[in-house]
Amino acid sequence: MEAFTALTSTAAPLEDINVDTDQIIPARFLRFPRKDGYGSFLFRDMRLTEDGQEKPEFVMNQPPYRSAKILVANTNFGCGSSREGAVYALFDYGYRCVIAPSFGDIFFNNCFKNGLLPVKLSAAEVAEIRRIVCEHPDTEISVDLERQTVTLPNRKPLSFQVDPFWKMCMQRGLDDISFTIEHRGDIEAYEKRHAAEQPWLHIGEKKKA
Amino acid sequence: MTAAQTMFDKIWRPHVVVERDDGNTLLYIDRHIVHDGSFHAFAQLRERGMEVARVGQTLGTADHYVPSAGRTLDDVPNPTARRVIEAFDTNTADFGVQAFRMADPNQGIVHVVGPEQGFTLPGITLVCGDSHTSTHGALGALAFGIGASEVAHVLATQTLWQTRPKTIRILVDGSLGVGVTSKDMILAIIARIGTAGATGHVVEYAGQAVRNFSVEQRLTVCNMSIEAGARAGMIAPDEITYAYLKGRPFAPQDQEFDRAVTYWRSLPSDEGARFDKEAQLDGGKIEPMVTWGTSPQMGIPISGKVPGPDQFTDAEGQTATRDALDYMGLEAGTRMTDVAVDQVFIGSCTNSRIEDLREAAAIARKGKAAVPTLVSAGSTRVKVQAEKEGLDRIFKEAGFVWADSSCSMCVGMNGDLVGAGKRCASTSNRNFKGRQGQGARTHLVSPAMAAAAALKGHFVDVRDLMGA
Repeated sequence: MEAFTALTSTAAPLEDINVDTDQIIPARFLRFPRKDGYGSFLFRDMRLTEDGQEKPEFVMNQPPYRSAKILVANTNFGCGSSREGAVYALFDYGYRCVIAPSFGDIFFNNCFKNGLLPVKLSAAEVAEIRRIVCEHPDTEISVDLERQTVTLPNRKPLSFQVDPFWKMCMQRGLDDISFTIEHRGDIEAYEKRHAAEQPWLHIGEKKKA
Repeated sequence: MTAAQTMFDKIWRPHVVVERDDGNTLLYIDRHIVHDGSFHAFAQLRERGMEVARVGQTLGTADHYVPSAGRTLDDVPNPTARRVIEAFDTNTADFGVQAFRMADPNQGIVHVVGPEQGFTLPGITLVCGDSHTSTHGALGALAFGIGASEVAHVLATQTLWQTRPKTIRILVDGSLGVGVTSKDMILAIIARIGTAGATGHVVEYAGQAVRNFSVEQRLTVCNMSIEAGARAGMIAPDEITYAYLKGRPFAPQDQEFDRAVTYWRSLPSDEGARFDKEAQLDGGKIEPMVTWGTSPQMGIPISGKVPGPDQFTDAEGQTATRDALDYMGLEAGTRMTDVAVDQVFIGSCTNSRIEDLREAAAIARKGKAAVPTLVSAGSTRVKVQAEKEGLDRIFKEAGFVWADSSCSMCVGMNGDLVGAGKRCASTSNRNFKGRQGQGARTHLVSPAMAAAAALKGHFVDVRDLMGA
């Protein structure tokens, strides 16, 4: 996984609330292998017409926002389906950070496993950032994971909370499997206890549970 | 004396393997279900050269890409979809995971198969790479959907890093009226609390209306917990649960079953247990529901009218309403019963079980389909059972298409799609833009309401057809 430490980039504003993962990536694209790239599937039906022409009114098609690495979204971004393809599509398109007042839980978790930093700020703060990048599309925003700040030019840094565990994984570009493997002894000891307490679950047995 | 605990606490705590100072918990996963869409996770496992840690606690079933007409690879129209189904067979075989392949008599939608097989049990943690895994909480389990990387993590370690969610109890008192189903109840709940109303929370559904439900009705309720943003939904196990589970293939048998029941009886939330939030509904006041917009929270009683932007006080709500009306091709103030449908879908992990099909058939027998109607059974076992009961004949005589088990038109991944601009009454769980196909317009309803719309060609209050 690509590490995330800090980033300075322009940002694209997306005003809609409750943008679900079906919008971020329609289901028909989930059958393709990740290695082939998911960037072209991003917001496919919002971004492109049925015959593949860009919709000029869609924010990501407007020149100042094309190279943005930060998406400034709205409430409950990424709700709905657990499809990790939604994160693959954002990452492969070039995004490295999504700022929103709130996220769908599963989408939020998926971000940390793929080097895409989800940042929660208050609804008022995010609305203000959207307003600024709408009025001044060339505004560069700095996101610093170590300091947990989002900074706009000539403004006081905004602080955000991030889970220390996932922060560490993101900063090192580590995924959690390598980390969990170190707890193998704990897991095996747990299984012994658990199997004794609830023998009907057949914990650890090879055949059907 | 220990403090009163919620059922969530009683399941969470015994599954903690490691608890870090920062609050992250390594949670043990008792059971894991994979499906044909899980190939991304298997690819991650292969890349690392890892094995499935606990094959005995893992079960596979093919559902998302499986055709609803036919059970062979030749029946899969799309070549990439065919490769996905082949990958399911190869992955489960290579990694030694027990799997119900497309043509297996036990095949079905993950969230129908888990409970049907007794793979889902009270008191367990269960995950699957699908957001509707919340379904399984209906048996008193802690069950939630995860992404592909988390699926890989569970396959590799049988655990997940989690932070403790908060809890909500939703009490539904009283009894639902005739013609009002558990689907209507959950749509009414989501309309009340909103699509993000339970984000970060686990919901426990309680109250007399919930206790009266069969297990299948409870599964429908918990299924849509995610549409309120919830991490999971759960219902305390009771005699109805135990009777349902007894004798199912993966459930404990004989004395082991009795021992398990003794433990399961300790699971319900203690009196006085504290929830982070509470909500309450009067079951007797719930009407048959129908969604009018592009979010599951945009639901109203069938007697209602399509709302307009002016019914919302905030600018975002007004914009979202305008946008939804535009996409749905509806005008504010239109009576829902005046809205014509182009097609009907009865199926999905929400409403495809035998009781759902019985309810739909009870309406279907009263007439002929006015619009194309597809019925896809939730599992091959459900399909066989329905055929034993003659439900398939009722559907066919009404002009409905009787299809094989698949996720089908809920998500359209197998090619069962609603056309652009077409309006579909659907028993599924999501009315998102494009969910059933590009430009498709979805209205969520119960199986009986869907069958009624099929006969009339527009939405009707199913209670008007009952007893007629």
